[in-house]
Amino acid sequence: MIRTALVALGLAIGVSAVVAQSNPIAERKDAMKSVGAATREGAAIAKGEAPFDAAKVKGIFKVYSDAAKKVPALFPDNSKTGGETTAAPKVWEDQAGFKTAFAKFEADAAKGAASATDLATFRAAFGDATKNCGSCHEAYRIKK
Amino acid sequence: MRRLLITLLVFALAGIAGFFVLTDPRVVSPGPEIGTLPQPDIENGKLLFAAGGCASCHATPGQDDKTRLGGGLELGSPFGKFHAPNISPHTRDGIGNWGTADFIQAMAAGVSPAGQHLYPSFPYTSYRLMTPKALADLLAYIRTLPAVEGRAPPHELPFPFNIRRMVGGWKLLFFDGAPFKPDPTKSDEWNRGAYLVQGPGHCAECHSARNSLGAIVQATRYAGGPDPEGKGWVPNITQSEDGLSKWSKSEIAELLKSGFTPEFDSVGGSMAAVVRNTAQLPEADRLAMAEYLKSLPPVQGPPRPPKPASGG
Ligand code: HEC
Ligand code: HEC
Ligand code: HEC
Repeated sequence: MIRTALVALGLAIGVSAVVAQSNPIAERKDAMKSVGAATREGAAIAKGEAPFDAAKVKGIFKVYSDAAKKVPALFPDNSKTGGETTAAPKVWEDQAGFKTAFAKFEADAAKGAASATDLATFRAAFGDATKNCGSCHEAYRIKK
Repeated sequence: MRRLLITLLVFALAGIAGFFVLTDPRVVSPGPEIGTLPQPDIENGKLLFAAGGCASCHATPGQDDKTRLGGGLELGSPFGKFHAPNISPHTRDGIGNWGTADFIQAMAAGVSPAGQHLYPSFPYTSYRLMTPKALADLLAYIRTLPAVEGRAPPHELPFPFNIRRMVGGWKLLFFDGAPFKPDPTKSDEWNRGAYLVQGPGHCAECHSARNSLGAIVQATRYAGGPDPEGKGWVPNITQSEDGLSKWSKSEIAELLKSGFTPEFDSVGGSMAAVVRNTAQLPEADRLAMAEYLKSLPPVQGPPRPPKPASGG
């Protein structure tokens, strides 16, 4: 019984890995959605609507750096259109610039995780990290 | 037979002459009465410069200083390529030699100091809502910015769009030169918002569909449409289902400040530059714009093009 369950579990993980692999558009959109959700929490703290919580704040920056590590590889050539993607053609025309923008996002997130020890330092670091959202979306994203 | 030909010729000539008279820049779009203006208010000029997004088009591309207005940005359109000109206070290459009346004439009537029509790719179709006093303030602010040397390349427009006189015909059909008129039945905040959105903010210039001659389709103003430069889609910002009906006033003001939507997506494309500008306005002005947008009746925009299939 246990063995069957383990096999089934193994299969499920294997299958979902394959599905994820073959659907980079959905995967990058999900990663970006989690970045959006983390930003909602961060904004509430920055505005004083939620209390400052060191562990939570670290978690927000971790979502950012995880996404920055993972997302750049999710733009294979066969994912330029379809799946309601909003990625602009410039992602593929200027891969170097796109990767640099993610590297900067990751660096700002790492800086935030290290420096945000209270509300004031969090506000500054969160402000710096979230400047990357608009500047990357300006160049590499287009609503269709 | 001969008489008929002569009659036709006379009619043809009269037609051409009529077109010439009617499309004369000063006939079709006379500048506003200026009168005597008080000492310019440079701070107000700075605010209008931000609200108007002048730097988005006129700042020299590829440099961080958005107050260096050397021009050169390429603007695509269905009619050809435009290059935003140098509007820095440089006397030879910019507008350093322009008088206040010249500037008002360009901003409110779309006519250059040489008496030629300006193309509506320069959104004077919205800026004309600013009063002569406001425009004088704006010019006074631009005069405090650095003079930048060098001219932008000429526009790349095929015949007949390269004939500026043609714009006179366009203005006859589509240009309304009236300044902003406040609505006394509405609050001061609503009127401030209406002025900023319709005039300096020129929001409709992107958020509306255009007809084949490049003029905004009035019935679907603010209801979204294809991007004027041909890249992507601009969303509906009326109170319709697919517009801003579910956004609160403060959520709209937040977007204009930080670029974040209520879902904490961050607006991109050409809206990112708009947000950089509206972020510089006082909070009261962003709330006023939101107040006005919340009052727009719901309008269904044109259908979005079908999504292309996967791959490629
Ligand atoms: C270096 C580039 C880059 C950075 C930095 C970046 N994004 Fe994105 N983001 C993208 C791209 C590209 C897409 C479009 C993905 C697609 O549709 O295929 C996207 C899409 C999104 C989406 C839409 C997901 C969906 O449902 O389709 C959200 C929400 C989002 N980003 C939020 C953020 C926030 C918030 C930040 C900053 C904290 C951020 N992004 C930073 C590149 C970036
Ligand atoms: C959407 C892009 C865009 C924006 C925004 C814009 N302009 Fe322009 N502007 C242009 C283009 C394109 C021209 C050239 C029009 C032509 O050649 O007929 C122009 C022309 C001008 C001219 C005439 C220059 C000349 O040498 O004839 C002035 C003055 C000017 N703009 C001022 C402004 C000011 C002030 C603002 C902000 C309130 C502004 N513009 C915002 C695109 C823009
Ligand atoms: C240069 C073109 C341009 C101008 C001018 C412009 N917008 Fe936008 N706007 C866009 C584009 C493109 C988007 C979609 C951006 C995205 O979602 O990534 C957008 C998105 C928005 C949204 C978010 C709508 C949604 O459903 O996500 C709002 C609200 C908005 N604009 C309001 C305004 C207001 C108010 C003004 C005038 C101050 C304005 N815009 C001027 C191009 C423009």
